[in-house]
Amino acid sequence: MAKIFYITLNNKRTKCSEGETILEVAKRNKISIPTLCHHLDFSAKGNCRICVVEVKEKGSKKKIGDLVTSCSTEARPGMIIKTNSEKVKKSRNLNIELIFSEHVEKCESCVWSLNCSLRKMARDYDVKITRFKERKENRKIYKFANAVEIDGTQCIDCRNCIEACSVMQNINYLEIKGKGYKQEIVPTTNKDFDCIYCGQCALHCPVSAAQEQSEWEEVEKKIRNKKKILVAQFAPSIRVSVGEEFGLPYGKIVTDQIVSGLKALGFDYVFDVNFGADLTTMVEAEELLERIKYKKTIPMITSCCPAWVKYTEFYHPELIPNLTTSRSPHIHLGGVIKTYWARKMKINPKNIEVVSIMPCTAKKYEAKRKEMKVGGNYPVDNVLTTREFAWLMKKNKIKFGKLKNEKSDNPLGEYTGAGAIYGGSGGVMESALRTAHYMACGNKKSGVCRSKIDFKEVRGMDGVKEAVVKVAGSPLRVAVVNGIGNIEPIIENLSNYDYIEVMACPGGCIGGGGQPIPTTKEIREKRIQALYKIDKGKKIRKAHENKGVLEVLDWLEEKKGLEHKVLHTYYYSKRLKRGK
Amino acid sequence: MNILAKIKKANLLGRGGGCFSTTLKWKMVDEASGNEKYIVCNASEGEPGVKKDGYILKHRAEEVIEGIEIARSFLNKGKKKIKVKAYIYINGDYYQTLGPGLLECIGKKDIELFVKPHGAGYIGGEETSILNSIEGERIEPRLRPPYPTTNGLWGCPTLINNVETLLNVSLVNSDNYRKERYYTVSGKAQNKGVFYLPDDWTIEKVLKETRNYPFFDFFVQVGGDGSGVVLNKKQLKIPVNGAGTIKVYKLQGHKAEKIMKSWLDFFLGESCGQCTPCREGIYRLSQIVKKDSVDWILFKEILENLEESSFCGLGCAVPIPLKSYLKNVAKLPGVFIQDQKLVCKCFK
Ligand code: SF4
Ligand code: SF4
Ligand code: SF4
Ligand code: SF4
Ligand code: FES
Repeated sequence: MAKIFYITLNNKRTKCSEGETILEVAKRNKISIPTLCHHLDFSAKGNCRICVVEVKEKGSKKKIGDLVTSCSTEARPGMIIKTNSEKVKKSRNLNIELIFSEHVEKCESCVWSLNCSLRKMARDYDVKITRFKERKENRKIYKFANAVEIDGTQCIDCRNCIEACSVMQNINYLEIKGKGYKQEIVPTTNKDFDCIYCGQCALHCPVSAAQEQSEWEEVEKKIRNKKKILVAQFAPSIRVSVGEEFGLPYGKIVTDQIVSGLKALGFDYVFDVNFGADLTTMVEAEELLERIKYKKTIPMITSCCPAWVKYTEFYHPELIPNLTTSRSPHIHLGGVIKTYWARKMKINPKNIEVVSIMPCTAKKYEAKRKEMKVGGNYPVDNVLTTREFAWLMKKNKIKFGKLKNEKSDNPLGEYTGAGAIYGGSGGVMESALRTAHYMACGNKKSGVCRSKIDFKEVRGMDGVKEAVVKVAGSPLRVAVVNGIGNIEPIIENLSNYDYIEVMACPGGCIGGGGQPIPTTKEIREKRIQALYKIDKGKKIRKAHENKGVLEVLDWLEEKKGLEHKVLHTYYYSKRLKRGK
Repeated sequence: MNILAKIKKANLLGRGGGCFSTTLKWKMVDEASGNEKYIVCNASEGEPGVKKDGYILKHRAEEVIEGIEIARSFLNKGKKKIKVKAYIYINGDYYQTLGPGLLECIGKKDIELFVKPHGAGYIGGEETSILNSIEGERIEPRLRPPYPTTNGLWGCPTLINNVETLLNVSLVNSDNYRKERYYTVSGKAQNKGVFYLPDDWTIEKVLKETRNYPFFDFFVQVGGDGSGVVLNKKQLKIPVNGAGTIKVYKLQGHKAEKIMKSWLDFFLGESCGQCTPCREGIYRLSQIVKKDSVDWILFKEILENLEESSFCGLGCAVPIPLKSYLKNVAKLPGVFIQDQKLVCKCFK
């Protein structure tokens, strides 16, 4: 048990426990202190200096205390703390003002403009923001493929992106160049490192200098022009996160509101990527059993996270044969929309625009990979992040949360509990195991084949989850890598496993780089719990019981040639690019 | 008497400029738990005007190395299990000329010469920047706590002492410590150089005894040509603080803008860029003084913010030369006159 003691916080005797920072104590007591560089995913860096508070230590004879940063200073017994004294106000406001002068405002095109933390701060603390001339107008914007960018004209030097890229993800693609006021966040020039487009930098940037490369303007134009049939499809994980953008509690399930929101935006059809996930499970489970049966390359590793795929192609091309050739859920569904559904609806696929609403920045990159094309068409034409989607709704004054509930369109809207859990770490594996178990058993009703649903060993927030699970009586050695930063030790011991799931983002896609800000451990947990709640509430919880999916698979099977194109993909080494 | 008691009796203070009690520092490292500890002899000497560490290494290297060995045996005394590794973190220019001699002096002792990387500058001599530098990290200060005494190099307890401090340790050990220190006199002085004199002499006395007291109207900067305090002729009856430097300026004909710009340029180039008050503040200060009509209110506001909310001592020190110059010499803008504080809290 932590020791309990008292401090004086804004003239009130306040209880604290040992180890708590002043910021934590203040938050607990509903005293707000502004922060920028502080993020619960990282240890304190203490560089923005806007969270300063005035502190007098016990027994100090001073009239006025010293300023300390509340995010990095632990409370000590007897401290006398003021969070809003004149001295605090002076420094805090000047620091906010100085930070503002680093950030070129581009509010009209910013997805944050309606809930911008910087402008709110300026309002709340009555900060003058016009005394200094912008100083970063001529800084560069660095673009990483078509997925992520860092806009140097807006960067406030908090370094959260570096923490995300290096400490959390262990990718080390970002660097600080120069020193003092000249310092700049830049992609490394070392050709042995490359970005994997996970967007964790963007998710942790407090001022949207690191952000997705936006596509909402393009999508909005498409909606306005109305030349084509517009189809939206939304990812498993966003239904438990997007509500946060509208003030709903963490982990609130808003599936039907998303459908009505998309319809209100002007989409003609809305499909659920959970359907695609069920399809992916079928393809992947079959491949897994085949690999085991014919002693092909083992372990098989999931490939539905495009950031992980990029990681493999760049850092470990030798593992390409281990990746499942199955496409990812939204690419699957996009392909089905432009083939099966198009034919059924008698629409020329060229007249269909598919927009994916994703928790992910890497999905933008995946959608534009040339080998994804089916009959000359990209399965997915645009990818919007959860944040972009929320912004479009806010911008168009759609009262999200208060809309009339609507269901996804059929036949591609139906899904099972297995599809639902794709959005969290361990979900892809669990879904595949449920189905592999069934497939391996055939129709036998022997003891070992009693229907098995929950594989709880692969759930949870640990960085690596390992288990030996019984699939149709045989042991299968599985590992789930939760966050790309945990991957290397697993690769070193590859032969210990038969099947591995890898998600680049901590928590899986519910913690994806396109998700609402903030995203923290606690928030990730709430989102993931909501996914399991959806799963539990579903009558059908196994992908192979999704009738729509079976029908699509049957249809594809008859269209030889097309089947492979829609369901599978290939990878290639990206090491070629590496110079000496 | 054991060495710690001797140090305590001699009341040794850190001679890098911080004036922290050597006794306390040694005790903290000694009491910190761990089977691996480090000693860093700080010979980075990055502040303009300070030359004494180079001078000492040139003339008294053996005693300094002796000091390191005394520290080592203090830290592992009786606890043979504790491994103590030592570095001399040395300014690149000094390494060029003194390197070979030092290596010879070190001989088989477990002391590594670590050359301060080119461009590490003044901030590269700050204690926690040194740790980053040796570890190959970006050269800039670390968040404190934890302190180097408990979490220094690679997380191990680390004793960082200045060259002169370690020299004094060896003198104390052999009972030869005479309460003397090194002074560097520079600028418009007739007899510039490094001098070894009693440590309690006033600025005036040092200047007079070393035949450096000017015959013209002058002012001085004491404790480093970058971060030292500026005093006028009438304020010299106090001891020399910090790293023991005195720079003499000619009063007549000196240009306020030029001298302020030189300090600001120094800090602008040295600021590591981590924290807002320093990175942005110094930049804005240097913009403000460029203008025809200087906004002294804003100037003061930014200086005070540097003093109050900077991450490390460098930012806190920016106001020292500027404020004291404006107050003691320029007697310029009224805003600074009432201000009594001369020494930054971070250096107390
Ligand atoms: S997208 Fe991911 S890999 Fe790329 S810079 Fe951002 S954090 Fe690093
Ligand atoms: S890009 Fe964003 S996260 Fe990175 S340093 Fe700049 S403001 Fe901070
Ligand atoms: S874990 Fe999910 S959100 Fe993150 S990069 Fe992979 S697919 Fe995208
Ligand atoms: S005060 Fe801040 S910016 Fe300046 S040197 Fe120290 S840490 Fe770096
Ligand atoms: S939030 Fe505390 S210093 Fe940035």
